[in-house]
Amino acid sequence: MMRRKYTWGNFAIGVVITLFTIVCLLPMVLTAVVSITNETAIMKNGYSFFPEEVSFYAYQLIFSTGSSVMRGYVISIFVTVAGTIGGIVITGLAGYTLSNKNVEYRGALGMYFFIPMVFGAGIVPWYLICSALHLRDNIFALIVPNLLFNTFNLFLVRNFMSGLPDSLRESATIDGANDITIAFKIYFPLAVPVLATVGLFYALGYWNDWWNAIMLVDDKKLYPVQYLLLQLKSQISMLRDLQYVSGARTQAPPTESLKMATSIITVGPIVLLYPFLQRYYVNGLVVGSVKG
Amino acid sequence: MSKEQDTAAVSCKRKKTGFIKDVVKNKFSYLIALPAIIYTFLFSYMAYPYLALAFQNYDYRNNTIWDILFHGNWVGLDNFNFFFKSQNAFRVTFNTLYLNILFILAGTFVSILLALFLSELRCKWFMKTTQSIMLFPNYISWVMVSYILLSLFSTEYGLVNSFLRILGQDTVNWYATPGVWPAILVFMRIWKGAGMNAIIFLASITSIDLALYEAAAIDGANRAQMMRKVTLPLIMPTIIIMTLLSLGKIMYGDFGMIYALVGDNGMLYSTTDIIDTYVFRALRQVGDVSQSTAIGLFQSVIGFIMVFGSNWLARKFYPDGALF
Repeated sequence: MMRRKYTWGNFAIGVVITLFTIVCLLPMVLTAVVSITNETAIMKNGYSFFPEEVSFYAYQLIFSTGSSVMRGYVISIFVTVAGTIGGIVITGLAGYTLSNKNVEYRGALGMYFFIPMVFGAGIVPWYLICSALHLRDNIFALIVPNLLFNTFNLFLVRNFMSGLPDSLRESATIDGANDITIAFKIYFPLAVPVLATVGLFYALGYWNDWWNAIMLVDDKKLYPVQYLLLQLKSQISMLRDLQYVSGARTQAPPTESLKMATSIITVGPIVLLYPFLQRYYVNGLVVGSVKG
Repeated sequence: MSKEQDTAAVSCKRKKTGFIKDVVKNKFSYLIALPAIIYTFLFSYMAYPYLALAFQNYDYRNNTIWDILFHGNWVGLDNFNFFFKSQNAFRVTFNTLYLNILFILAGTFVSILLALFLSELRCKWFMKTTQSIMLFPNYISWVMVSYILLSLFSTEYGLVNSFLRILGQDTVNWYATPGVWPAILVFMRIWKGAGMNAIIFLASITSIDLALYEAAAIDGANRAQMMRKVTLPLIMPTIIIMTLLSLGKIMYGDFGMIYALVGDNGMLYSTTDIIDTYVFRALRQVGDVSQSTAIGLFQSVIGFIMVFGSNWLARKFYPDGALF
């Protein structure tokens, strides 16, 4: 690598990058601080980075047994795990087919998947189809529609598998391996990085989704945590429920801190996945966006 | 996806086996693709016949696609006429295009700037740390972002208003001031997405041959000149492709973003209501199935033209980067 002098310009660039980084992080910090600020202190001073009085009451309410936020959290986790596994399986399997050079009609099959990408029918037909398939007001309505299979991910897997050397298949065939063996013993193990990438795409998509809930679910017991969070912004009644369940009715409902605490716990799993996100998600996006 | 064409071209030269024969030969491969094929058929191809609703007056007794196609109450282009004659058509179309153009311009500019700056950094740990943090907003949901927005712009407790109070200024009821929202939305968009886009541009910067910089240095170029004369021209194809790709999607607003940040706040509709949120309300709140199908179809048709148009342009500028 070339040597370059460290100059004022370099310092200025460092400062700009640092500033942008701080701007990215600071609002999250504020949210976290507000979530542990005593409600009366919020009423008095507004949201502040320096809480006058620290209180974990909001978190106590959220984690109390029977709280709707906890239920939503569990639903979100279930939907994310089930959906991600399903998504990886469906995408990985079809990706193998599209990259299998023995399949003569793989080009046409690719086209079949590609057409809906450029011309969709819009949300109303989609909504009516979901209703016709009874994907309403049940857990499947949160898992199956919209998220379970994504064509962009399919092409990502196909491109990765097509990039593997043809000699793999040829030599395995000479050794007498059939298609099933070649797929499960050679291709899928080699495709683990790209499957991890699409897995993270699916997982994040499910975790952050509330579209299926807003469109297809009316039963409050089935709301995933993101949708609860969206509703929490305008609903005070849910806060009362939370307090009622936890048996504490003496204190004023911690409206503001509770909102922020709920939003903070939705970020939890993302922080847990962070190392994987850095490794697989970013690479996948870069590969998917910049070709060659 | 240009690979697809290559393979298609190759297989054209060979004699094609029949489709049935190919399926029999590759039973397993076709079998494992079946879940994806069925899923796409159910949710994408089955949706096309429902578009007939755009030319009908929807009857709630028509539950099956058969009833819709053969017992529907056809009204020609009435649904389209109704939409285009209302003031809403212009407003939501304009907002969708206007906001998307702002997002593309501001987003691209900031991400390229960030990428150029990141590429100048030489300190490894600093680079790693800042990049990791920069990507964080990309992972969180728009609902979460809406809380961040609330903590900044909430009328009672928001940071911005607290700041205005300290300065002795009048506070602003941001959630009732439509004029500032395009700026707010652009800001949040950049906050959430610029880091990720910068990393994508950075990848294309780091793939530039270092010898070019060495040659430029020998010719006496300083770093600003290198940025402008070497880096920028070389990442131009990536910039053009990324821009054209977003141009192809210009008719589609980001429902997740707008609905999470604005919600059903009617006071802000004049500047924030987009086609997607409008269709959503028409369907879920008003319950006007035919009308919302018609608007969705209008959006899809224009969107389709935009995709092909931008792809045609991409092909012209940079054949390798064309989507198809």
